[in-house]
Amino acid sequence: MTKQIRTIEEINEKIKNGKVVVVTAEELIDLVEKDGIEKTAKKVDVVTTGTFGPMCSSGLFVNVGHTKPKIKIQKAWLNGVEAYAGLAAVDLYIGATQIPDDDPANKVFPGEFKYGGGHVIHDLVAGKDVHLEATSYGTNCYPRKKLSTLLNIKDLNEAFLFNPRNAYQNYNVAVNAGDKTIYTYLGVLQPKLANANYCSAGQLSPLLKDPFYKTIGLGTKIFLGGGIGHIVGAGTQHNPDSPRTSKGTPKRGSGTLCVTGDLKQMDPKWLVGVSMLGYGTSLAVGLGIPIPVLSADTVKWAAVKDEEIFAPIVDYSNDYPNAKPDILGEVSYKELKSGKIKLGKKEIPTGSLSGYSKALEIANTLKNWIKSGKFTLNSPAEKIPGPESGIKFRLLNERPVKNGDK
Amino acid sequence: MKISKKVVLTFPQSLVDKPIVFHLIKDFDLVFNILRASITPREEGLMVIEISGKEDDCKKGLDFLKSQGVNVQPLKKDVKWIEKKCLQCGACIPICPTQALKIDRKTMAVSFDEDKCIACELCVKPCPARAFEVRLY
Repeated sequence: MTKQIRTIEEINEKIKNGKVVVVTAEELIDLVEKDGIEKTAKKVDVVTTGTFGPMCSSGLFVNVGHTKPKIKIQKAWLNGVEAYAGLAAVDLYIGATQIPDDDPANKVFPGEFKYGGGHVIHDLVAGKDVHLEATSYGTNCYPRKKLSTLLNIKDLNEAFLFNPRNAYQNYNVAVNAGDKTIYTYLGVLQPKLANANYCSAGQLSPLLKDPFYKTIGLGTKIFLGGGIGHIVGAGTQHNPDSPRTSKGTPKRGSGTLCVTGDLKQMDPKWLVGVSMLGYGTSLAVGLGIPIPVLSADTVKWAAVKDEEIFAPIVDYSNDYPNAKPDILGEVSYKELKSGKIKLGKKEIPTGSLSGYSKALEIANTLKNWIKSGKFTLNSPAEKIPGPESGIKFRLLNERPVKNGDK
Repeated sequence: MKISKKVVLTFPQSLVDKPIVFHLIKDFDLVFNILRASITPREEGLMVIEISGKEDDCKKGLDFLKSQGVNVQPLKKDVKWIEKKCLQCGACIPICPTQALKIDRKTMAVSFDEDKCIACELCVKPCPARAFEVRLY
């Protein structure tokens, strides 16, 4: 990284004095075009980013409070959606993609998946009552075996999001090279490459703006679900070892973040349960990260434009389900956002699963929070591992289990 | 004055095999465009059509249909976009055949033009936020 020009402590001092200069990543692009990198780096203290899209690896821990007499919950359901209860007595974890036990799923294909874990989280944050059912086997210290009650977020001891993988740094563009319609987590894909779906905020997307994870890490304060959250560290499947452009921007799905935050101060507008036809449920998460301008390099990286960010086109009819690494080509976010891309001679209309206008709203909200003094920056206590870490994405190495093996 | 009107026609079982709509052209000089049709022999038929022509011809034509036992109802908003629920993702954009669903390529804001909607409902289930409601008349 180029020479450090300011510290996070200095930025916080400026936030306190109301003198901080904050711009969104979109505004930064214009500034750099006008004034160049060095001058912009001197002027701007913080760049805000944002993204709003389905993030399946999201979920919520709750502590529902003890009953009288007490129960050690063994199985639990919230509005009919099972929550994991293999923790202490009344701690539960509900994941975004869990569906009700009696959901027909894909028995009538494609399944509609009208309600699941993501919707439960949305209902809770929206202040709606949720039906908790629980069963147990009973012990001396926890004799109760059954429970059925309404729950409201305001009565819960704790409710915090814990999302093991959010804010994917870049993502696949999904197409269908097969000859029948397929239903994926990236939407409905018509046969013979009739449409292409992508899912990234591109030039506003947090990790695409700090491609080597130089300014963020454990403890970084962020916009999460309309409230304040924190980065825990690299998320699951974090893969810094992907091909990059000359400016360092990954050209494949790459880094990821694990994030957490108190649900009680979040907003249902930014945590929305989604239903993917033929696939399942998920949770659309609004997430924004402030990037402190610590050096001219921060600006160089954060100012990459949609035309400089490339995503791989992947065939979801064959290559993706069979875990083949092949791609059909690369395409820039500028092309994707134009509404059509070219693959060979074929022109393919594009659709998105990530809301760019909403991502911009997040970046602007975060900017206003910082400018108003209500949001300061945290120095990360641990960094996110970069390409130098040697971390690689692994497939499961399946091994045969012999009879009698334990 | 020339007008254009979208209507939902429900045919009772007894009329399903009779060429009624044909008379709209021949006897009333109306242009019609079939937006949706579901006609099953020995059951009820449903047809959504847009008719255009002189105002009084339209009225006469529709009166004729009613006199034949066809149930005629105006088509208002068959598919409703609930903006508050919309995630502004744009998954619906390539699906919409009439560009009733549009995205501003600069701001990437999604919008819905009711007048262009032909109520094909293709957008309804692929919408991750299920922000479309179908109202059948």
